[in-house]
Amino acid sequence: MADLAVQAAPAPVVHHTSTGLSNTKLAMWLFLGSDCLLFGGLISTYMLYRGRVNGGPTGRSVFDIPFTSISSFVLLMSSLTMVLAVTSSARGDMVRARTWLMTTALLGATFVGGQVYEFTAFYRKGVGFTTNLFSGSFYTLTGFHGVHVSVGIIMLLSLYVGSLRGTIGPEKAETVEIIGLYWHFVDVVWIVIFTLVYLLPA
Amino acid sequence: MSTATAGQDHDEQTEGHGVHSSGHEHPADIFYVKIALTLGLLTALEVSTYFWNFGKVFLPLLLVLMSIKFVLVVLFFMHARFDAKIFGRLFWTGVLLAIVVYIAVLTTFHFWKV
Repeated sequence: MADLAVQAAPAPVVHHTSTGLSNTKLAMWLFLGSDCLLFGGLISTYMLYRGRVNGGPTGRSVFDIPFTSISSFVLLMSSLTMVLAVTSSARGDMVRARTWLMTTALLGATFVGGQVYEFTAFYRKGVGFTTNLFSGSFYTLTGFHGVHVSVGIIMLLSLYVGSLRGTIGPEKAETVEIIGLYWHFVDVVWIVIFTLVYLLPA
Repeated sequence: MSTATAGQDHDEQTEGHGVHSSGHEHPADIFYVKIALTLGLLTALEVSTYFWNFGKVFLPLLLVLMSIKFVLVVLFFMHARFDAKIFGRLFWTGVLLAIVVYIAVLTTFHFWKV
């Protein structure tokens, strides 16, 4: 129960909205809800085509599960560092917030780097984007996710620079929280992708 | 604590007039670390299904572990548990819609008969 002890926060910023809620946060949650439909479409397309290798290499024959597991763990830990950045900024501790923001960005970049390495390894094994239905749907799904992660990294770095310049301070803790929501969503999507794409046999 | 109390008083005074406060209370950092460790353990268990034969339990176990991780991140890391309920409802509506729509899509392609 001590873990759930409330920490004192700076005086909250008050906005006047018709719902009594932050419109920006509402918009982000709505966007994330809609993004579920995008990834749902990509995942279900992959599920349909994952066995359609047309005589080429299968997923099982090219996937490096230990490597991807480490990548997944890296992304999972980036969610932890992101939430620590959010709590730090909510407390007004911008130094710590910056540290966690940069750590999150670096972990995300590590994940994307791992994806790039994987894609090149698969290509060398004969799994290209246009090789067959399996490869096309795989690269589209994981590629879209990778782009989402990359956009998230850009946003994190923007927050970091803004914090250094003083434009992102404790009064803008909600901005950090909203970008944190996006980052956690990207992690949550990978939880589903890793299970259904890598661990589930065709 | 007085700052948090003042913030809460401010919220109570202004809530009835459609004024929102961007702050909400956060658990201690160690709580999030424990959640992350739990997620790590669940991931390890998921990966173990790739190497060891779990028989008929394999698929349900994998899906259950995936769902638990998904819910943990949404509830605690995304603060759906601690924030206004409308936020979580918007998100879960999207998730539910995606699941229903794409199960329907897969059904039309006879996916379940494979």
